[in-house]
Amino acid sequence: MSVLEWTWIFVGCTFCLYLGIAWWARVADTKGFYIAGGGVPAPANGMATAADWMSAASYISMAGLISTMGYAGGVYLMGWTGGFVLLALLLAPYLRKFGKFTVPDFVGDRYESQTGRIVAVLCALFVSFTYVAGQMRGVGVVFGRFLEVDVNTGVVIGMIVVVIYATLGGMKGITWTQVAQYWVLITAFLVPAIAISIRLTGSFFPQAGLGGELIDEAGMGFLTKLDQIQTDLGFSPYTTPFLGSWDKWNVFLVAFTLMVGTAGLPHVIVRFYTVKSPKAARWSGFWALFFISALYLSAPAVAGFARYFMLVSLNGTPAEQTPAWFTNWERTGLVLWMDDGDEHFAYTGDERNEIFRRGNLSDTAYVGIVKEHQRWIDTLGSSGADGRIEMSKLGLSGPDRDIIVLATPEMAQLAPWIIAFVAAGGLAAALSTASGLLLVISSSVAHDLYYRIINPKATEKQRLLVGRGVIAVAVVIAGLFGIYPPGFVSQVVAFAFGLAASSFFPTIVLGIFSKRVGTTPAIAGMLGGIGFTGFYILGTVFFGMERWTFGIFPEGINPQGIGTIGMLINFALTLCLTPFFPAPSKKVIELIDRIREPEFAGDAVVIEEAPEH
Amino acid sequence: MNQETTLSADKYWKANLRITFTLLFFWALIGLGGGILAADWLNQFTLPGTHYPLGFWIAHQGSIVGFVIIIFIYALLLNRLDKRHKADLDAAANRSDTLKEDPS
Repeated sequence: MSVLEWTWIFVGCTFCLYLGIAWWARVADTKGFYIAGGGVPAPANGMATAADWMSAASYISMAGLISTMGYAGGVYLMGWTGGFVLLALLLAPYLRKFGKFTVPDFVGDRYESQTGRIVAVLCALFVSFTYVAGQMRGVGVVFGRFLEVDVNTGVVIGMIVVVIYATLGGMKGITWTQVAQYWVLITAFLVPAIAISIRLTGSFFPQAGLGGELIDEAGMGFLTKLDQIQTDLGFSPYTTPFLGSWDKWNVFLVAFTLMVGTAGLPHVIVRFYTVKSPKAARWSGFWALFFISALYLSAPAVAGFARYFMLVSLNGTPAEQTPAWFTNWERTGLVLWMDDGDEHFAYTGDERNEIFRRGNLSDTAYVGIVKEHQRWIDTLGSSGADGRIEMSKLGLSGPDRDIIVLATPEMAQLAPWIIAFVAAGGLAAALSTASGLLLVISSSVAHDLYYRIINPKATEKQRLLVGRGVIAVAVVIAGLFGIYPPGFVSQVVAFAFGLAASSFFPTIVLGIFSKRVGTTPAIAGMLGGIGFTGFYILGTVFFGMERWTFGIFPEGINPQGIGTIGMLINFALTLCLTPFFPAPSKKVIELIDRIREPEFAGDAVVIEEAPEH
Repeated sequence: MNQETTLSADKYWKANLRITFTLLFFWALIGLGGGILAADWLNQFTLPGTHYPLGFWIAHQGSIVGFVIIIFIYALLLNRLDKRHKADLDAAANRSDTLKEDPS
């Protein structure tokens, strides 16, 4: 059977499975809708959290990023998993003990401020929409390449599936679907990783394979060989840290921002409301990172192997032997070849490079460059223009990193069913995260805005209706992002982490660990942190502002890392203002005591007994 | 909440902070220290038995393993602390009960 047939089978079966689970888990009350009834076992919740959190970005883009970045790609590995430690140690058990639905609820109650609640809602919405846009693009990429349907049709199919199981089952349906999606995505990621590792290094574990020796050259370490090839082709060595703009301080700042930002992501925090107790929340945090690490420890191996295959299979290959994977992906525009006239591929880190990607080039601009390039070749350089110079000026050298994971099984010439399975895994990763985010959007609007601010007298039924309605609207918006992807998605995702790092994290941590910090300093800190971070990112990414050096960062601060400084500003502002403003009220002190104390006041945190239920 | 339970709650919170911040210290040591700040220096060594440069290995593999272990220890220690704390509270409650019953 062909890859296409296998893909339809896998995608069809997994979609039926998701819908079946949603039907089985359908809910009728807000408690089930937002927090799955609060009774999901810790390991299952861990799997659901892992699937929720490992997005299309983790599954599709991360290995690709590492593959082109080498050592520096570790910022994503360390940043995203390290953030989980902060989340599990500093936030999860306390927020579970707090026992309400959402993060804005915590901010609003702890700081007794509707303004704080609204600021938190807006941050949650912004972060969630940014993320959803990225997921829908992932769905589009997978459908476009593997099912050979129009990308837009693919996005619409994905939207319909998500909307059915999210509105039907709410958090309960989503949680159990995510458990299934976890297994689909992790198997789909590990099977090819193991197969490639065996083929290349003879080692069953990809992690050992990456540090092992090549089968073809006994005694030659795989990484040593990769460093060598990279250097020969004009790239920087794969394992050497701190090259170019990724100097030590930028790596540090970006990793730290991702860590703190991860801990502040509303759709991950909300997962800890779905377990029984603070004790289960702690175990759930462990299980989640445990299940996540299965993918995160394999991704660097896939990245290294993919890099090797990419360089070895392309360089020096004559045009008539173009690898099949290259032809397949060339159709999507995610990888392009601009020959220098010798009819042999060259993928290098210098001016000899002939491999590019189309990026966001418009049709006319792209066709223009290709035409000029063809004339340049036909006339042996006397007229026309070298397209390679144009493309590298536009920063479009090398293939799109999103194809690395999806194309690696093809590069390694694995069986068609494995390649098809990877596609199903990519869809599982994108859909599971999209559904979790849609629920956060729904709860932010229906619970925090509609119920807590606009119409506090709303009945259970009305709230559920608004919640479901918001999901439907949000899916349509997310789908539009997928069909007309804004070019700035990847930059905006960096923005989301910086924003979460500089706003939610300090405010929640101080809310739990300090009894003195009052309303005004906290809100001032939150606005100061977001304001600073937002200003720097908008300035450098969208308005061409020079990166700041502060005299100590020779390369200027990477906008992805500015969140760390925004966070410090938030902490500093809040703590400096605190002595001048009143301490929180007695009611809030009691709330903090209750959050910190696992036994006191009994198990008053059981969700059913929380005041508004 | 009587004096004894307040004391117990204080003790619990301090022990909690001690565990949390000790573990966060190791978190910073592995992730930020070994994986980033000392990575270039550590790269001159290789992980024994493999061809991994050590700094690179910590950044791409070791730190993640370390993080999983840190959360595991946290869950273990804190849940044990919770249990001990509950026993303390129960004992305190029993004592105050007997005090009430005691006519003197």
